[in-house]
Amino acid sequence: MLQLIQNDKIRETVNGKTVITKKPELLAPAGSLEKLKVAVHYGADAVFIGGQEFGLRSNAGNFSIEEMREGVEFAQKYGAVVYVTTNIFAHNENMSGLEEYLQAIEDVGVKGIIVADPLIIETCRRVAPKLEIHLSTQQSLSNWKAVKYWKQEGLHRVVLAREVGAEEMRKMKEEVDIEIEAFVHGAMCIAYSGRCVLSNHMTARDSNRGGCCQSCRWDYDLYENVDGEEVALFEEGDAPFAMSPKDLKLIESIPHMIELGIDSLKVEGRMKSIHYIATVISVYRKVIDAYCADPENFTIKKEWLEELDRCANRAAASSFFEGEPSYKQQMFGFAPSKMKWDFAGLVLDYNEETQMVTLQQRNYFKQGDTIEFFGPEIESFKMEVGQIWNDKGEEIEVANHPLQIVTFKVDRSLFKNNMMRKENK
Amino acid sequence: MSKPELLVTPKSVDHIKALLSAGADAFVIGEQQFGLRLAGEFTVQQVKEATELVHASNKKVYVAVNALFHNDRLDALDVYLKEMQKIGVDAIIFGDPAVLVAVRELGITIPLHWNPETTATNWFQANYWAERGAKRAVLARELSLDEIVEIKENSKSEIEVQVHGMTCMFQSKRKLLGNYFLYRGEAMEIENRKENKNMFLHDKERKNKYPIYEDLNGTHIFSPNDMCLIDELTELFEAGIDTLKFDGVLQTEEYITTVTNIYRQAIDAYFDQGEDAYEDLKDDLLEKIEGIQPPLRPLDTGFVFKETVY
Repeated sequence: MLQLIQNDKIRETVNGKTVITKKPELLAPAGSLEKLKVAVHYGADAVFIGGQEFGLRSNAGNFSIEEMREGVEFAQKYGAVVYVTTNIFAHNENMSGLEEYLQAIEDVGVKGIIVADPLIIETCRRVAPKLEIHLSTQQSLSNWKAVKYWKQEGLHRVVLAREVGAEEMRKMKEEVDIEIEAFVHGAMCIAYSGRCVLSNHMTARDSNRGGCCQSCRWDYDLYENVDGEEVALFEEGDAPFAMSPKDLKLIESIPHMIELGIDSLKVEGRMKSIHYIATVISVYRKVIDAYCADPENFTIKKEWLEELDRCANRAAASSFFEGEPSYKQQMFGFAPSKMKWDFAGLVLDYNEETQMVTLQQRNYFKQGDTIEFFGPEIESFKMEVGQIWNDKGEEIEVANHPLQIVTFKVDRSLFKNNMMRKENK
Repeated sequence: MSKPELLVTPKSVDHIKALLSAGADAFVIGEQQFGLRLAGEFTVQQVKEATELVHASNKKVYVAVNALFHNDRLDALDVYLKEMQKIGVDAIIFGDPAVLVAVRELGITIPLHWNPETTATNWFQANYWAERGAKRAVLARELSLDEIVEIKENSKSEIEVQVHGMTCMFQSKRKLLGNYFLYRGEAMEIENRKENKNMFLHDKERKNKYPIYEDLNGTHIFSPNDMCLIDELTELFEAGIDTLKFDGVLQTEEYITTVTNIYRQAIDAYFDQGEDAYEDLKDDLLEKIEGIQPPLRPLDTGFVFKETVY
């Protein structure tokens, strides 16, 4: 583990107790309005969303301008902000409509855009000057002098390359006064972002305009060309050549990132479910808050780590944060495993007197199942499901209709939008 | 209309002599600590020798400083840029804005060529970097002919386009080959493979072979085909593209020299004798290239006539 160096600029002593005064932003992905609301409700300070143009996830449920407006209004009630990704590298044909689009984004109250192409940077500055400009990781920003360049260009924030380590971040913060955003959790590119066109070659889909088909997750066979002869560099039974990286998980490095003075901690995954967002954001929220409230006595709780693993479908690693990742940070020879826990229901209401929860079913569950409730207002707890009733008051054995409304008894308090998950067996 | 520059990638100082005779106008050289995916490694001393040699023939030397830099190479970058200034090379090729900042701070007066490879996709960007000091933009290889022509029409800087050779389609900072051998428990084996540039990945589904190697900058994976526009140059000539580049990475000296001469013939035919002369000659030129093409490297036309979706 890296040594944690205390940063005096971000702490203060109040009544003999040290607290962190510069709390980093927790930035969540939101592929839809529902996900945005969940992210904010579960503790995100900011969310990033994609619009219907100029963004990099053609498959994510992207926002219309009206949905952006609703998202911004919802976020504002919680004191949270919204950023929009406009991080394609445009071709000539993508240049039209940009001005109107940026003005519309500014108009609905979005705080900033995440952008890679100088075309969009300069256009934004000209037509939508109230928007903050954040440099996307697609620019693979990996040294402090390049950070200085973007500072000189007037950018508010830079998102670092995924290849930047803790000591490199420290130097960047020392050399340049600009907000720095770094990834803390989620799926990773194995290539320098923006410098991979595997999809273009293999499937005629442009990765730098949102068409990435994740060819880096496929298996290949490695050969050597010896004087025109093709010699296999593997034997029967050897794992094929693979590049697939484990997912990033820096939950245990959060104190370190806070001490480095990183301004925004970013969770990746606009395609992920509301269960994933709720779980990941709530755990990171707890860690950030706990460390900032009392850095001297902070320890990471085992239950936080366990909770985070409940929505993981790939093994996780620290990537470049603590140094060059070894082969142990790649996935060889095995497919993503199923998640250990499934999202099973969303709390619509809880009656304190009768101790009955009203729940919207999101996955099959039945009487006798072990389930777990979690949410920002409660400590997670497990229980066994007793009798279940449907919305007509009839007792049912199983809740097997998607989105059906059911009630059952829970003897601890729940709140609207708490979630229920069920162990996968 | 003036002749476009024919830009090639020598493997050594001696190779430059052969390439000068074959008709090259300009050369990309450098070393992997600063430049990406070079055909040959040139120390500072060799850059000096190469520059003297090339300048004696009134031709140009461009030095590749287009790596993605991390903090630990910035001091060396400053030293290197000062050396290049002393030698008097004709251009610095850069992708990382750190080079621009260093050039400004050090008062370097060598012209700059902007080349971030995959991300140079529109004319606005070409002009953006031109306003910040780039004399030339090197376009992404993933563009169509129409896009290339439109960029040239709207750009304030010189435009360089690759017309022949393989193209990089992936760069990771990770040591992906080393990691694979380590995973299989053959850690020692990779030590002997550091300089091995003969490996390729086989994609069984697409029946493609992708060259792959590791160096200081990480792992590089290349296109399954060599692009070859020898018989498709008319529109690039008409558009006034300033430089036609043949990237000879992972090719032999003999191949690079022969192909350079074939492109020389095409350019001279068109500009000295007219379009008809080129039209008459181009099929023969293509046949000559096909005749020396390595068996594992099929030819295609890259993305010039291929649409991508997203």
